[in-house]
Amino acid sequence: MQGPILKVRELRAFYGKKEVLKGISLDILPNSVTAIIGPSGCGKSTFIRCLNRINDLILDFRMEGKVLYHDNDIYANAIDVVELRRRIGMVFQKPNPFPKSIYENIAYGLKIYGLNGKQQLDEIVENSLKKSALWEEVKDNLKQNALTLSGGQQQRLCIARALAVEPEVILLDEPCSAIDPISTAKIEELIYQLKQNYTIIIVTHNMQQAARVSDYTGFFLLGELIEFGKTEEIFKAPKDKRTEDYITGRFG
Amino acid sequence: MQQKKRIPLKLKEFLIEKGLFFCSLLSVFTTFGIVLVLSFETFEFFKEVPILKFLTDTQWTPLFVNKHFGILPLLCGTFLTSLIAIGVAAPIGLVSAVYLSEYASLKTRNIVKPLMEILAAVPTVVYGYFALLFVTPLLKKIIPNLSGFNSLSSGIVMGIMIIPLVSSLSEDAMRAVPMGLREGAYAVGSNRLQVALRIVLPAASSGITAAFILAVSRAIGETMIVAIAAGQQPRFTLNPFVPIETITAYIVQVSLGDTPYGTLEYRTIFACGMALFILTFILNIFSFKLKKRFQEVYE
Amino acid sequence: MNRRVINRRLDRCFKTLGAISTIFGLLVLLILIVDVLIDGIPRLKWDFFMSFPSRKPEAAGILSAWVGTLWVMAVTALIALPLGIGAGIYLEEYAKKNRLTNFIEINIANLAGVPSVIYGLLGLGLFVRFFKLERSIIAGGFTLALLTLPVIILSTREALRAIPFSIREASYALGATKWQTVRYQILPCALGNILTGIILALSRAIGETAPLITIGALTYIAFLPRSLLDPFTVLPIQIFNWISRPQKGFFANAAAGIIVLLFLTLVMNTIAIVLRQRYQKKVRW
Repeated sequence: MQGPILKVRELRAFYGKKEVLKGISLDILPNSVTAIIGPSGCGKSTFIRCLNRINDLILDFRMEGKVLYHDNDIYANAIDVVELRRRIGMVFQKPNPFPKSIYENIAYGLKIYGLNGKQQLDEIVENSLKKSALWEEVKDNLKQNALTLSGGQQQRLCIARALAVEPEVILLDEPCSAIDPISTAKIEELIYQLKQNYTIIIVTHNMQQAARVSDYTGFFLLGELIEFGKTEEIFKAPKDKRTEDYITGRFG
Repeated sequence: MQQKKRIPLKLKEFLIEKGLFFCSLLSVFTTFGIVLVLSFETFEFFKEVPILKFLTDTQWTPLFVNKHFGILPLLCGTFLTSLIAIGVAAPIGLVSAVYLSEYASLKTRNIVKPLMEILAAVPTVVYGYFALLFVTPLLKKIIPNLSGFNSLSSGIVMGIMIIPLVSSLSEDAMRAVPMGLREGAYAVGSNRLQVALRIVLPAASSGITAAFILAVSRAIGETMIVAIAAGQQPRFTLNPFVPIETITAYIVQVSLGDTPYGTLEYRTIFACGMALFILTFILNIFSFKLKKRFQEVYE
Repeated sequence: MNRRVINRRLDRCFKTLGAISTIFGLLVLLILIVDVLIDGIPRLKWDFFMSFPSRKPEAAGILSAWVGTLWVMAVTALIALPLGIGAGIYLEEYAKKNRLTNFIEINIANLAGVPSVIYGLLGLGLFVRFFKLERSIIAGGFTLALLTLPVIILSTREALRAIPFSIREASYALGATKWQTVRYQILPCALGNILTGIILALSRAIGETAPLITIGALTYIAFLPRSLLDPFTVLPIQIFNWISRPQKGFFANAAAGIIVLLFLTLVMNTIAIVLRQRYQKKVRW
């Protein structure tokens, strides 16, 4: 088996003076689904946002420690952040399709890479929509504005959009928290299928969801990684009492 | 997947960012330009005219044979017209603002506000025409010894022109006052007028003062209305019925003539411009600081 | 009479007073428009648009004035639009929060409050004299461009700020560069509001008189400009000139000119406001 695709070592994160991540260390294995769980405000979102450096956009954000992608420190000066973000894709909590047509939403990621051939674009758009299980629902009208889709459809569109640029890793930041249960079920099914070709990290506050879809789970509490391991072990036999309390619903 | 070459893309991004940066620097250059041009000519001006004379002489006759260079008459004319203007705009604008903020329905506001914007968009020459050819004859019927050029008509018309400014800025200040303050008063049985006058206005007072100061600054800098209707006779007086001249109208007067470049008379317009610039600058800063303090309270 | 009844009456009185104050300005504007229409319509014939000014009121027209306006506004727009929108984009999307950025922003806010005649003095000292452009269209265009710049920058920034951050996040997360995000996602969305701001700024510039008089725009031009370096006049200056004449016959010409100018201004403002309303309805986040 290959080594970890992402290694996080002593990651600390600060918003201004406030420390929100206090020394996180873990490994992400390729073609696995890793769930990050924990109560609100524990730093889950901040954590995965460090992995594609989207936190750089926040004004008073600062980090220490190392995040290694294929053994390269992604925060090194020589790293091309733009390329990093193509290879580590992200789907956000609230669906954020561009106010353009469905086709344009997906084609955008390709066009900024210089891919312009209509046939090629058509192909990739169709494939991405098929991969995110949205194709059948929208194939007759790709020109319609993405904002007219339902919440669940919009989120699947965002997934298709992220898939179109062929990432290696996909970060999902509570992708189902803002959408209906049926769409949630569809997306969970999707995650299960995607894992064959991608490495997935999903932040969720829904423990049942984490138990259903993930291979590995990490439990965060107040900025610390309390426990990390195979999902089965975390849920059936947690080593830390705090983990057990959270999973059995005593808090959070 | 095929991708664009990264290096030219980085260069392109860098150049675009620098290009946009220089666009924004232009504003700094403009300010420097204004200060430089005004300072240079004013400096040359003060080589020939002592600054004390400039500030204290009560006669302004640079274009006559017997030359006096006291700016007080022009300042007087400017202040007189601006005072009349704010005298008109402040009560009407404030009452209108209270109405729009506390009484009017959303529908009314959505219709009235764009209409008021149109009022502010009318070119000032049009207001000047109105002042000279409509308001002055009208006022002459009430005030028989009103002269054809005077500061009253131009002041009134200028006031009408700045009503939208006073109204919309005051209204912004009032709407920044939290609803909670009003609700507390309503809950003990006050009516709208009492809430407006006793709660909202005092709470918004510094924001409203900032609005007034800005309106005065606008009135002081106004040119065409006074150039057309207020006259070209610099006079150290507070009589609103006689012709006077404002700083701005003087600049226009000289520009229309054929004063040669580089002469003392030419430089007078820059000295005036400098005085005007400093005046409006100070007023604008006051207004800005007041407004900031007001916003900090209601953050 | 008890206190409550008095209070209620006062409240109702004030409501009426408030309504009157609000429409007072508009009433005055209405009177003004009617007055100008009465005086000016008799002069509004085709000849009026096609004649040069002359010593006889009946023969005097606004040909050189509206052609001059077109020339000057073309120069103004060509300079102010790219520079203003560019500066707006830089300040809103690129600039970091440091002292230089703060200084630039203070400058722009200050320049927005500087009287227009001072821009005229700047134009006189810098463009006319220092750059030796004399009293030409290009000097006038540059001067008006500097005057309009702060307004365009401020309205561009407002338009960009209205676009939610999530769009930018989504674009960056796909691996787009800053310029790609701005050019393909932000600008297309903000274009409607930017356009509104531009139209409003230009409609104010059309009515500007003082700065152009100060740089030496002439009030009596009986020829059409043939190059950017030619002297010129503009519509508001022509109107001003006619008002300043002792012969009453010219007042009618001034009124007619005002009708044209007001029409232009009101049309542009209405287009801008309608654009803004329509645009706000289309983009629902």
